[in-house]
Amino acid sequence: MSLETIYKLVTNMLSASAVTLEVFFLTLLFSLPLGLLVASLRMSKYKIIQLPIRFYLLIMRGTPLILQLIFIYFLPSQLGDKLSVTIPMLPRFGAAILAFTLNYAAYFAEIYRGGIQAVPTGQHEAAAVLGLSKVQTFFRVVLPQVIKNILPAMGNEFMTLVKDTALAQTIGVMEIFRLAKSSTSTNSSILPMFVAGLFYLIMNSVVSKGFSSLGKRLDYYK
Amino acid sequence: MENNHEKLLVMQDIYKAFDGTAVLKGISLEVNCGEVVAIIGPSGSGKSTLLRCATMLETVDAGTIRYLDKTMVTIGADGKAKYSDKKQLKEIRLCFGLVFQNFNLFPHFSVMQNITEAPIRVLGQSKQDAEANARNLLAKMGLSEKEDAYPCQLSGGQQQRISIARALALNPKILFFDEPTSALDPELIGEILKVIRDLAAEKMTMVVVTHEMTFARDVADRVIFMDEGVIVEQGVAADIIKNPQSERTRAFLRRVE
Repeated sequence: MSLETIYKLVTNMLSASAVTLEVFFLTLLFSLPLGLLVASLRMSKYKIIQLPIRFYLLIMRGTPLILQLIFIYFLPSQLGDKLSVTIPMLPRFGAAILAFTLNYAAYFAEIYRGGIQAVPTGQHEAAAVLGLSKVQTFFRVVLPQVIKNILPAMGNEFMTLVKDTALAQTIGVMEIFRLAKSSTSTNSSILPMFVAGLFYLIMNSVVSKGFSSLGKRLDYYK
Repeated sequence: MENNHEKLLVMQDIYKAFDGTAVLKGISLEVNCGEVVAIIGPSGSGKSTLLRCATMLETVDAGTIRYLDKTMVTIGADGKAKYSDKKQLKEIRLCFGLVFQNFNLFPHFSVMQNITEAPIRVLGQSKQDAEANARNLLAKMGLSEKEDAYPCQLSGGQQQRISIARALALNPKILFFDEPTSALDPELIGEILKVIRDLAAEKMTMVVVTHEMTFARDVADRVIFMDEGVIVEQGVAADIIKNPQSERTRAFLRRVE
């Protein structure tokens, strides 16, 4: 590959990485709070609430994300054909965000649940005796400790998400990996793949650095 | 007619079972204003459960609990325990404080935040007022220089003193202690007992579950000996400990000495 093509490749990748970052941040924006909701429903004492949530968690964690992506993208039109009605397809990007959000919320929910259950009962009891409400207890006492508890597991998930964004290309989202793939075949060179790898690596070193400095900031207590 | 307003806490015929195992079998207990009551007895006798019922950490199966003129729980028409409405329970909660065996300080809060959190969020005190009050309490506990420390930087005895300050910051009428020295190294026990002694001198009403017999004898006005979910014997502290009437009390005191 000529220097010129490489230069063009890198600039194209920079713009494609905007899409990758959008998938990354939008997924987090929706799945982090959704996961908290799922975790609280999963911990409900009512079986009728708990069971569908467990089913959802099983599906999301038990099937490949790539399959979920395809399913969510093509399901509306397939369903429309069967029922002889027109159900509009989700745009590729929207379908990708939806699939990623549903999938990651499931993982986050289980991480939250572990983190919440690791907070000693004594903390809840101390808050109750002091007269703090349930909401105050959760946000002031429990959640800060949960965040510290789950930080290492969350770091792993965030890094996995950076790499998983590559799966969005299966339903035609133009992100880094898709660009690298097409460039690889046009140029008969694996150099674009190597460059794509560097992009992911750079993003993940930022994520990793972010988590380690956050961890240090929470190091002031045990 | 007895002088009712003197009775800060009245517990009558309290029953509590966990999964079919009876833990409290008809306990009745009254605590007068300014009184210090020590509850002693072997582990599993129901002492802690009694405190947890009095502080709403557990619900009773049957019985009556009243703080001054406010009823927390009473026997309903069906013979089961019937708790008062949320508003009333909220008011009752402000009557008491509880000091735990394991302190249960909030690890992510500084000493100052641990003490001021509830006064600010529950009583609606201003930050300035809450902090001024907290500084007074810290001075009383001899921990003025620790207000910016975090619980993990403190010894067990210091943590327990902070947790006492945290409870006192809400101005409770009665303070419960659930084995406040049991999690401490022997050399740190004295500093906690001294704090409780000082509070007793200020006529703070207290109920202390303890294994420290000398302390119970010297500080408590009254000692209650519990075994297997019932009060076996109670009376003036010195009498119970020096001259117990029941064979079960005697056997227990022989074991702990």
